[in-house]
Amino acid sequence: MVSGGSAGGETRKAPARPGARSGTRLRKRPRRTPGERVFESAVYILLILFTFICLFPFLNTLASAFSSSNAIQTGKVLLWPVEFQTGSMAMILEDSSVIRALLVTVFLTVVGTSLNLLFTIITAYPLSRRDLKGRGIFMRFMVVTMLFSGGMIPLFLVVKSLHLLNTLWALILPGLISAFNVIIMKSFFQSIPDELREASIMDGCGNIRYLVRILLPLSGASLATIGLFYAVGHWNSYFGAVLYIDDPDLLTLQAKLRNILLLSQMDTSLEQMSMESKFTVIQESLKAAVIVVATVPILIVYPFLQRYFVKGSMLGSVKG
Amino acid sequence: MKEWKRNYDLYLLLVPAAVFFIVFAYIPMGGLVIAFKDYNIFQGVWDSGWAGLDNFREMLSIPEFFRITRNTLMLNLLGLLVCFPAPIVLALMLNEVRARSLKRISQSLLYLPHFMSWIVLGGIVYAVLSPKYGVVNQLLRWAGVEEIYFMADQTWWVIVYTLSAVWQSAGWGTIIYLAAITAIDPALYEAASIDGAGRIRKIFSVTLPSIMPTIVILFILAVGQMVSIGIEQPLALANPVVGDVSEVISTYIYQVGIKQGEFGLTTAVGMVQSVINLCLVVTANHFARKAGGEGLW
Repeated sequence: MVSGGSAGGETRKAPARPGARSGTRLRKRPRRTPGERVFESAVYILLILFTFICLFPFLNTLASAFSSSNAIQTGKVLLWPVEFQTGSMAMILEDSSVIRALLVTVFLTVVGTSLNLLFTIITAYPLSRRDLKGRGIFMRFMVVTMLFSGGMIPLFLVVKSLHLLNTLWALILPGLISAFNVIIMKSFFQSIPDELREASIMDGCGNIRYLVRILLPLSGASLATIGLFYAVGHWNSYFGAVLYIDDPDLLTLQAKLRNILLLSQMDTSLEQMSMESKFTVIQESLKAAVIVVATVPILIVYPFLQRYFVKGSMLGSVKG
Repeated sequence: MKEWKRNYDLYLLLVPAAVFFIVFAYIPMGGLVIAFKDYNIFQGVWDSGWAGLDNFREMLSIPEFFRITRNTLMLNLLGLLVCFPAPIVLALMLNEVRARSLKRISQSLLYLPHFMSWIVLGGIVYAVLSPKYGVVNQLLRWAGVEEIYFMADQTWWVIVYTLSAVWQSAGWGTIIYLAAITAIDPALYEAASIDGAGRIRKIFSVTLPSIMPTIVILFILAVGQMVSIGIEQPLALANPVVGDVSEVISTYIYQVGIKQGEFGLTTAVGMVQSVINLCLVVTANHFARKAGGEGLW
């Protein structure tokens, strides 16, 4: 075992490592060997590095949003604003079409998520009842849709023939119920002891009343998690709007952002080909400001919600 | 009969979902007949004439078909090689961190990109990598290296695509592995300690083997997704200059189908993709069951 240690340990513990461990106490935190200390520092450094790399682009964008174009173009902006200005941010926030897109998205997220949750709950609850005949058939009916789909064009034609194009319903209805989330919700409902229901029914509580009065109050964490998934989906998805919405008054924030950035990206790639930009480049800090506006609302709710999702999303790893 | 009476309200609750799945999942599946038709917008799905396998023949004859298939497979394969192991490595590292605050902070920050839209991420990628103003090229210039046209160079674009996928998903992906790690019996670590195993040894002899079933299942399922590709990432990162590598099946269906109205042809392309995907997922699930005892269903 001991000799095998160096074989399994790979590269990092080249420094002298005592063959036999002295402290084989069962208690936690055995004395660390020098090799382990090197290993531990390496892990810490790497992890901090990864985290920083992951965060850096956001910080840089945030800094750019508040820096002067001159500072960006001369490459002075790294992590904090240089030649601080709030002009680009003000310009974005004064643009009524951006504000309008923001409001559309807030509306879509709130209404969409509420409907998602409502329909996910009323679908998951009957399916969680082991005494319900035919639930296996319904499950199969649902799982098939996870495995096979008609694809973009047929769905587009259905949405079109229902006259949903250019309405916000086109962004809500096609994704109203996610079979995957129903399964997660269903497994959660099933984790609540059946005796509770039997006792309630004994007391004269009906199926619906049991759901509303007893099951839902117990399901806070998983409702929050699934609600979060739906809400983030509504907030972030842009392809639905690109596909179904032409009306500029109904553009979502992400779609609006895409229109703004796309212009400048085309521009960047042209600039990269010809080395000189003939087009008016959207000011870099303006671009950054739009990105910040689209991101900040998520950052605000993120700390409140994140304690739920670790706990809740583990439900997904338990088979339904 | 009695059962139906007692639980009629439960069945009623299922009605909206039944309608939903029929309208937005099963009817579009039926809509796949367009692939066999000479679809005409004015005549609608049913009245358009039959085209037999013409759409499929055309699909095989157009040069783009080879290109989009190759690109989809290439980007997915790179994803499998790079994006798949990333969360495993991260989870193992997070698991080794004893300082709880560091662990929590870096977890929160690593999850963050998962909550951003691809438009935001794409916008950031373009801004950071921009040859003139981007911070990465600034750093390269400081280091005396010539600037790199990341988004206009095909090889670099593919690399950026893959790494941005890692950026977006690696942190979030650790959750499932961390959950699997918490389920490991602590007695195994104690036994390993008694046998003289150090921390590194324990990672390779206890942690990794214990989460292997999870890894295997996720890997097999990832293989099952080889031919399908979402549209939001490729669409957000693509630009005309690198079209040769950035055009994938989903973006092609959008560009040619929705924008140019070639409904029959692109439905055929989508159908081939869906069918291959279904076969792969079913096969993958079969192997996942064999390997870990638990598949998707």
